[in-house]
Amino acid sequence: MYVAVKGGEKAIDNAHAWLSELRRGDENVLELSVDQIREQLSLAVNRVMSEGSLFDPDLAALAIKQSRGDLIEAIFLIRAYRTTLPRFGYSAPINTDSMQCTRRISATFKDIPGGQILGPTFDYTHRLLDFKLAAEGNRTKAQSQKTEAKSTPHITEFLNKEGLIQTENDDGSDPPDLTREPLEIPANRAIRLQALSRSDEGFLLGLAYSTQRGYARNHAFVGELRIGICSVEMDIPELGFSIEIGEIEVTECETVNQFVGSKKEPPQFTRGYGLVFGQTERKAISMALVDRAMRWKELGEENKNAPAQDAEFVLYHCDNIQATGFLEHIKLPHYVDFQSEIELVRKLRKAADQNKKQEGK
Amino acid sequence: MDYNFAYLDEQTKRMIRRAILKGLAIPGYQVPFSSREMPMPYGWGTGGVQVSASILTPEDRLKVIDQGADDTTNAVSIRKFFEKTAKIPTTENTEEATVIQTRHRIPEQPLMDSQILVYQVPIPEPLRFLEPRESETRKMHALQEYGLMHVKLYEDISINGAIATSYAYPVKVEDRYVMDPSPIPKFDNPKMEMEAVQLFGAGREQRIYALPPFTKVRSLDFEDYPFEPSKADYKCNLCGSDSSYLDEVIIDDKGGRMFVCSDTDYCQKMIAKHGEVSKPDNQRALP
Repeated sequence: MYVAVKGGEKAIDNAHAWLSELRRGDENVLELSVDQIREQLSLAVNRVMSEGSLFDPDLAALAIKQSRGDLIEAIFLIRAYRTTLPRFGYSAPINTDSMQCTRRISATFKDIPGGQILGPTFDYTHRLLDFKLAAEGNRTKAQSQKTEAKSTPHITEFLNKEGLIQTENDDGSDPPDLTREPLEIPANRAIRLQALSRSDEGFLLGLAYSTQRGYARNHAFVGELRIGICSVEMDIPELGFSIEIGEIEVTECETVNQFVGSKKEPPQFTRGYGLVFGQTERKAISMALVDRAMRWKELGEENKNAPAQDAEFVLYHCDNIQATGFLEHIKLPHYVDFQSEIELVRKLRKAADQNKKQEGK
Repeated sequence: MDYNFAYLDEQTKRMIRRAILKGLAIPGYQVPFSSREMPMPYGWGTGGVQVSASILTPEDRLKVIDQGADDTTNAVSIRKFFEKTAKIPTTENTEEATVIQTRHRIPEQPLMDSQILVYQVPIPEPLRFLEPRESETRKMHALQEYGLMHVKLYEDISINGAIATSYAYPVKVEDRYVMDPSPIPKFDNPKMEMEAVQLFGAGREQRIYALPPFTKVRSLDFEDYPFEPSKADYKCNLCGSDSSYLDEVIIDDKGGRMFVCSDTDYCQKMIAKHGEVSKPDNQRALP
């Protein structure tokens, strides 16, 4: 005899215990420490921080450990934790001119003031599995050299001196906060950039790639890509001045794009912008391309109905925590709705059957 | 680690309460609110959880159901969440609860004016599947431009001979807003004109809407094709009720099946009152 669905509570407890056991894996293998994840899987940590919208490498590493390496699950843990944090205030905008760059490249100029710094990149590695890494571990030491802290000018500003690139105008208004106000369309550029910066890397990469393949192509050059440490300052009303409250690593990408012009206005290059926590250059470049694609209206371009131009489509679907939640919820019980569908289909089939029989007569 | 009462901080609760009040003032209107990331995924009832978290007081007694049942996994999980973060008593008894959070059902027992029913809503926009753009659907509501919905229902009839919507059946509230009742079976639609306050929370979509007590709620239909609430044409195999909504359960691999109340609390009360139906007369083969 059927027993009404009982035992949900016990099932949940058992499932959690099993999950925990599998997370640990074979106990003959040393357990991963959070420090190891933070130091040795730092690019995963960066992704979790950027899409989790919380700069905290230790917590991101913990989230990666807890999620068994499922980065979207780790991002989700960070986002849920972020909800519980009180908001003390807003920092001053970070100044990326004074970034201490670990990497800085331009694809538009051969030599640039401040110099190109290749930095710790995979770009020119040959993707051959390094079996030595499995056997002996990694013992390479890089050479180091003292540098002095100095401001590094942005390449696009050199173009701007000649008027060759459009000037970004600051209208002086406070940017809205996507995490404190509901998303409403049309969204201004500040909201769009916030959404892109925390959006899913894969989704954004695909969209950016689609613009390169002709869906609202905008001829992007990487004007500059820089990665490094920036200090974060905050105004303290009691003190009457701003103080440095910490440092964050960010990746910034400025693209130089398709020029626009008219009979009255001489042609000018346009820009796309990407800024993401940590060393996350694939994401920052993608962000700049999609940002640029969404600026079609402001720059007087044609709407080609390309996915990347469609701010409403992009903003409503770029967040992987929203997307994965709604996608995966279809595995929750839907007995009741399914039952009503069964009843309806049975009823419609019966009616169709009768109609057929009558026609047969 | 100690969280604030019911997890959310007081500022966030205030923001959500404002949205609820606005929703109550404009029944059926979807109020945007700044939904927070909760420790359960979007799609698991984060909207309902945020609404419940914002209205709960330490004196409340909470009931959580999913598919009508208190013991489905997600109902258990949400109940535990509030036991842990709000330390409030919970109950499975519909009568005893002051706040009932639900997914996909309205309890069989009529609710009272001292109770609040909180719905978990996946897609709050009844026009969404006719027009995917939020920027468009908000205009359509503002202009009461609901022709597209009527055309859809008409096309259903012309193709299938009946309105082919069995759950999340759209309603019109106080002759003004077309509203999604959340994915309850259309059997439950008539119950929405009730004594209790009804609050709807859609977390991922960042919308809250509400129905004050005794609000006029009419399921959309046509004069010659009137709305029909429907359920399986059987009695419950456990309690014998012929008026409650039934789940169909497959009991063997030969196609055998039985029907039981989806509202487990109601079913148990009926059994306590009348005894279990031992030889159910409704285990006949399906037509």
